[in-house]
Amino acid sequence: MLKVSNLHASINGKEILKGIDLEVRPGEVHAIMGPNGSGKSTLSNVLVGHPSYEVTQGAVEFNGKNLLELSPEDRSHEGLFLSFQYPVEIPGVSMVNFMRAAINEQRKYRGLAPLAANEFLKLMREKRALVELDSKLANRSVNEGFSGGEKKKNEIFQMAMLEPRLSILDETDSGLDIDALRIVAEGVNKLKTPETSTIVITHYQRLLDYIKPDVVHVLYKGRIVKTAGPELALEIENRGFDWIKKEVE
Amino acid sequence: MTPRGEQAPSLRGRAGGEAQYLTLYRECRDMIFRHSCDVMNALRDEACEHLAQSGFPTRNDEDYKYTDVDALMIPDYGLNLGRLDIPVNPYDVFKCDVPNMSTSLYFMVGDAFYSKSLPKAPLPEGVLLGSLKELSSQHPELVAKHYDQLADTKSNAITALNTMLAQDGLLLYVPKGVVVEKPIQLVNILRADVNFMVNRRVLIILEDMAQARLLMCDHAMDEVDFLANQVIEVFVGAGASFELYELEETTPRTCRLSNLYIHQQADSNVLVNGVTLMGGTTRNATRVTLAGRGAHINLCGMAIADNHQHVDNHTFIDHAVSDCTSHELYKYVLDDEATGAFAGKVLVREGAQHTDSQQTNRNLCLTRQARMYTQPQLEIYADDVKCSHGATVGQLNEDALFYMQQRGISHAEARQLLMRAFVGEVIDEVGLEALRDRLHHLVEKRFRGELGQCRECNACK
Repeated sequence: MLKVSNLHASINGKEILKGIDLEVRPGEVHAIMGPNGSGKSTLSNVLVGHPSYEVTQGAVEFNGKNLLELSPEDRSHEGLFLSFQYPVEIPGVSMVNFMRAAINEQRKYRGLAPLAANEFLKLMREKRALVELDSKLANRSVNEGFSGGEKKKNEIFQMAMLEPRLSILDETDSGLDIDALRIVAEGVNKLKTPETSTIVITHYQRLLDYIKPDVVHVLYKGRIVKTAGPELALEIENRGFDWIKKEVE
Repeated sequence: MTPRGEQAPSLRGRAGGEAQYLTLYRECRDMIFRHSCDVMNALRDEACEHLAQSGFPTRNDEDYKYTDVDALMIPDYGLNLGRLDIPVNPYDVFKCDVPNMSTSLYFMVGDAFYSKSLPKAPLPEGVLLGSLKELSSQHPELVAKHYDQLADTKSNAITALNTMLAQDGLLLYVPKGVVVEKPIQLVNILRADVNFMVNRRVLIILEDMAQARLLMCDHAMDEVDFLANQVIEVFVGAGASFELYELEETTPRTCRLSNLYIHQQADSNVLVNGVTLMGGTTRNATRVTLAGRGAHINLCGMAIADNHQHVDNHTFIDHAVSDCTSHELYKYVLDDEATGAFAGKVLVREGAQHTDSQQTNRNLCLTRQARMYTQPQLEIYADDVKCSHGATVGQLNEDALFYMQQRGISHAEARQLLMRAFVGEVIDEVGLEALRDRLHHLVEKRFRGELGQCRECNACK
C-alpha cells in the first residue's frame, strides 16, 4: 500500500528526515515511536504534502502512484488521512459545510455524483455515533471551542466519514483522558478492515494497548533505527529510548 | 448669515473640483428651483456658499486621507436638472438579486422616485413613503422641520453639493407607535447613456415607538461613469426601532459617495448594515448621535473588493448622553490591487457615563498588492465607561487551508470557505432572515466571480 524509500526531507533548509525506508501492507498497523525531535511529525506532514516541507531525495509510492507528485487534496482523495496532532480551529466554517465539501470533492474525484442532502446528513449521524461525538459539536464551526478530547474525537469522526485506505494518527493520544482515549481507539478499531492500514505515531505504549500494532518502528535522528514486533513497544515503555540511542551510536 | 432665499449665491473660493458645480448652479439655478420644492430650494444658496468656502476635500484633509473627493469631482458628468423622464419601467426591466423577500418594493431611477406603478399592499395608516419633492409639497411643515437638520453642509462639502443640487429623493415617515411590519425595499437604479451624476436625498422620520425596516439596493444599469452622491438623514424617536440595510452592487465605473446621518432619542434601537459587494469607488460616511439615554446603535458593514476597487467607510458615533451602547463591526476582503479604508471614531462626551462601546474592524488582504488602512479612534471625556476597539489586517489562515486540503477540499475551494466564513460574521448581524440567506448566496457568487455576469448578458432584462 505504502512504500517509502530513502526519503529525505527538510524544513527551512534543515534536514529532518535522513533516509526513511518503510513499507506498509494492506491490513497492517504500524506504530512509529521515538524521542522528541526525531522526525515523527515531519514524516506524517511530508506524507500528506504539507507545503512547508521539502522532499530532497527518495520516493514514496502509494497504491502504485507516485505520492510525491500529488497535491495534498489528491493524496486525500487517493485515501490518505492524517489525524492532526493539533487539529485546526476554523471559525465561521460549520462542520456540516466542511464535511459536505470534503465528501463531495472526494466523490467527484472518484467520478461519483454529490450526495443528496438527506443521505449526507444520515451519514453524518451514523459516523458521529461511532465516536460518540455530540450532535451539538457537529453544528458548530470546525473545532472552534472544542476541548482537547472533542478535537481528537472529531478527527476520528472525519476519518470515519472519509473512509481512508491509510490513516496516520499523529499523537492522537496526547491530551486525552483515559475515557476519551478508549472511545477514540475503539472508533479506530471499528473502522479497521483487512484492506485498510494505520500508522500510529506515539510516545507511549498506552494507545497501543487499544490499537494493537503488527510492527513497531523506532525513529531517531531522521532514520528508522529499529523495527520489531509489538513487544518492542512494551520494552520501550519499560526501558525508555536510551538503550536504543546507545545501540545506534 | 447668508439669507435663505431667492438671492443668487456669491461665488468665491479656490478653483478645485467644486468650481464647475458652483458655475453650474449659478447658471441653472432657476431650472433647479423650478423642478424641485420650496423646502429643498430654501437651503440651496446657503449650501452653495458653504461649498464655495470649503471646496471639496483632498487627501490633505485628515478625514479624507484615503479618498480624494476633489479628484473624483473633476470629470465632466451630465446632470438631469431639467428632470427629463428617463424612459424605463423598473418593474419590467429590473430583476433584483434579493427576490422572494416579501418586501414592499419601490424604485428610484436616478434621484426620481418612481411612482407610476406602486406596490398594491398599502402601508399602515399615517405612514408616508414616496417622492420627497411631492410629499414635501403636501407636508411642508413636517419636511421643513427635519430636512437638512442633521446634514452638515458647513463642514461637509459633499453634503453641501447634495443640498445644493438634489431635487428629489425619498421620504419615509412613520408616525408615533406605528409598526411597519413588512420590510420596505428601495432599489436605486442608475441609468444613463452619458457619464452621469445623481444627487439623491433621503429623509427618514420615525416618531416615538415607531418601527420600520428599509433595504436599499444600489444598481447601475449602463456602462458609463456614474457618480451617485446620496445624503440620508434619519430621525429615530424615543423607543423607536429602525433597521437600515444598504447593498451596493454597481459597477467598477461607479463612484458612490454616501453621507448617512442618524439621530437617536432615548431607548431607540438602530441597526445599520452596509454591504459593498461591487462598485468602483465607494466612500460611506456615517454619523450617529446617541442623544437620549438608553439608545443603542449596531453599526455593521462589509466590503468585498478586487481589481482597482476602492472602499472607504468613515464612521463617527457620538455618545452625547449617558447609558447608551454602540456596537460596530466592519470587515473587508481585498483582492488584487484593491484598497480599503476604515476610520471609526467614537466620542464619549463629558457626562456620558455608563457608555458601552465596542468597535471591531477585521480585514483580509489576499494579495501583496491589496492595501488596507484602518484607523480606530476613541475620544473619551467620561470616567465610568466601557469602551474597546480592535483592528487587524491579515491573510487567510494557512494552517486552516492545509487542514481542509488534507480532507480533500481543493485549495481554491478552501479559500472560498474561509473567505465566506470571514464575512459571514457581518451577514449574521442582518435581522431579516430572507436577506441573510440571500446575502450568503450573493457573497458566494461574488467570491466565485459570478456576480454581475447575469446583468451583462441581458438574459434577465
